[in-house]
Amino acid sequence: MLAYIIRRLLYAIPILIGVNLLTFLLFFVVTSPDDMAVSQLGEKYVTPEAIEAWKEKNGYDLPLFLNADAQGLDHLTETIFFTKSVRLFVFDFGRSESGRDITTDVSTRMWPSLAIALPTFVVGIWVNICVALLVVMFHATRLDRWVVFTFVALMSISYLFYIIGGQYLVAKTWKLVPISGYHTEGQVWRFLILPVLVGVVAGIGSGARWYRTLFLEEASQDYVRTARAKGASELRILFRHILPNALIPILTGVVVLVPSLFMGSLLIEAFFGIPGLGSYMLDAIKSQDFAIVRSMVFIGSMLYILGLILTDISYTWADPRVRLS
Amino acid sequence: MKPLILWSDALIFLLVAVLVLFFLRLRHDPQIRARWGEVFGTRLGMTTFTVIAVYVLVALLDSLHFRRALEPVEGAANASAEVFYDNRVTSVLDLMLGGMGERFERTYSAPFALYSFEKQNMQDAQGRDYRDFPRLRHAGQHLENLEDKWRDIAALSLGALLPGLLLCALVIGPQWLLLRRSHLPWRASWWVQGCVVCLWVWLVAISRYYHVLGTDLGGTDVAYQSIKGIRTGVLLGTLATLVMLPIAVTLGVLAGYFKGWVDDIVQYLYTTLSSIPGILLIAASVLLFQVYIDLNPDFFAIGMEKADARFLALCFILGVTSWSTLCRLIRAETLKISQLGYVQAAHAFGVSHTRILSRHVLPNVVHIILITFVLEFSALVLAEAVLSYIGVGIDPSMGSWGNMINGARGELSREPAIWWTLSGAFFFMFVLVLAANLFADLVRDAFDPRSATGARGRA
Repeated sequence: MLAYIIRRLLYAIPILIGVNLLTFLLFFVVTSPDDMAVSQLGEKYVTPEAIEAWKEKNGYDLPLFLNADAQGLDHLTETIFFTKSVRLFVFDFGRSESGRDITTDVSTRMWPSLAIALPTFVVGIWVNICVALLVVMFHATRLDRWVVFTFVALMSISYLFYIIGGQYLVAKTWKLVPISGYHTEGQVWRFLILPVLVGVVAGIGSGARWYRTLFLEEASQDYVRTARAKGASELRILFRHILPNALIPILTGVVVLVPSLFMGSLLIEAFFGIPGLGSYMLDAIKSQDFAIVRSMVFIGSMLYILGLILTDISYTWADPRVRLS
Repeated sequence: MKPLILWSDALIFLLVAVLVLFFLRLRHDPQIRARWGEVFGTRLGMTTFTVIAVYVLVALLDSLHFRRALEPVEGAANASAEVFYDNRVTSVLDLMLGGMGERFERTYSAPFALYSFEKQNMQDAQGRDYRDFPRLRHAGQHLENLEDKWRDIAALSLGALLPGLLLCALVIGPQWLLLRRSHLPWRASWWVQGCVVCLWVWLVAISRYYHVLGTDLGGTDVAYQSIKGIRTGVLLGTLATLVMLPIAVTLGVLAGYFKGWVDDIVQYLYTTLSSIPGILLIAASVLLFQVYIDLNPDFFAIGMEKADARFLALCFILGVTSWSTLCRLIRAETLKISQLGYVQAAHAFGVSHTRILSRHVLPNVVHIILITFVLEFSALVLAEAVLSYIGVGIDPSMGSWGNMINGARGELSREPAIWWTLSGAFFFMFVLVLAANLFADLVRDAFDPRSATGARGRA
């Protein structure tokens, strides 16, 4: 088990290098270090000397991938790619192009993201399981068909409409909570409740439908028939036999998302004005701040790989028949 | 009039031709026929397919572009020699809508309204300034008594009913003659067709005198904009999926069949790609293409061509960034298939790899491709709206539901709220995605009864 995890962690290194390479390629095909200097300095103060000074200060005065002037190994290491991406592996994100410390930014902005994403995730799963269980009780009736149709209809509504509709109904018409915003003192929950609600409602369609099929698949297993033949009540079958067994695929299916909760939701944060990592990323894209984009891509892919490893571990934990090798 | 073929126009017609050929070829396979029979044997299948077909038809009609010749300027020296063309691009659909898109107002107005949404400074008969809601230029100008508005609308609707029904008979009659003995529930399809035709006639008739869904900030008719959004949505969904399919299928089949280092490389590729946060990848790529387009303005004669290039780039990017899920599925299925007896037997007989792949493996993963195609289609239509919000979506000059939502999302907070732009985009988008999702469910049930895990929506 431990050997497996270590191997998986080592396997993550080439993937992270690949991710970095791709981000660099995409970004530097678009802009050269000179363009970056111009956009960061502002049109007004641009002189060739200022550009050179900015590049030197921010470490962009090296060649991109290959340094023809250097000797030996320096051929590869004395480049922007190497100096900028190696530091990421020891979690040194450096400064953004506008001079702010990325590590501090990330660690402060992580919490609002988590404050929204974690409740949405937990409440969402709970609600979906409850709804799916309710529907399974009415399986193969006319009601069941209509509920499934409703799920598909809910899935077909764009996420944007859930947000806009939620803000309009709950915040504007009923005036229950503020439309958007966030502050840490006092009643934080007033700012959290609407985004969480929107996130949960928007997920019901696809989530509950998926869990329903999982439950139904378990319900067609032999042990359920045996239990029924032994005279167990339907409720007992549902909660004692089907639910625990169906939780395994549910668990292993959602574990991959857990680490990525730190990244927050781009849309929710942008609409509700929450200073989390999602809106951080959006701002970085809009202002073309490469240092932030690079760091966020790195963190994001790292968390995703972590999620994959956790998924594998959760398989062995939930189902003793599975062995990792 | 000068026809204009945009790249995306050519592609969409090519695509439809390929799809039709593909289905005509598959028709002869009895097994596949039986499965499609299962899909179309239900009324739901027939209804949803008809809805999708109507959307595709509208998209095709909207892809027949041309530029109008401008009237020669009076008194110009060489008035007879050269014909100048309008910089705006018109499509066959615009003609069929009866000039709905050319009746501009000044700014917002509510559905069926006679007055503008915002007050404006005006002068009365005595030349005094006052401030009030101005009359709309293209709404209810024929009315003598403004109180009669709703009676007039009812009369117009009744008047549109007769030509509508006539047109219905014209459309459905031949089908009925041909297909009445078919065992498929064509009646469900005819109902949908009838409703669409009647609605269309009604819309064209009414919109000559009123704005059915109001107007937006720039004074454009919202109903017109929503209908124009159909082309963007349908094209994006199909073109992006078509970019994705070859990559995903080739890599997936190769990885699952050859295993070993091929498998390692493919797995490495899709893990790397899917571990980058999707939005960032798409945003960076779109910016890249935008820079390219901005640096080469000479390639594009008119604004529409520039927007079209950006649109194609977006399709391409969405396709290239989203192949990992399908690739993973196909790899797993191919791994399973290549262990089966008939593939082993083919090996033993010395059948070549290419032949095994094309004769034994590929036909058995077709159902996965098919299901993914329909599911991915609806996911992409939804994704477009989100991307437009972030600012890396469709060019604002090209109508799309995402741009409509983006432009109107703040206006709900006004008093009274401006709800009609959002509703228009919502309705047209919802119907398309719902039909595609329901159809995808039926296809999955018919082609892959074992599948239990419903596809999950995009995060």
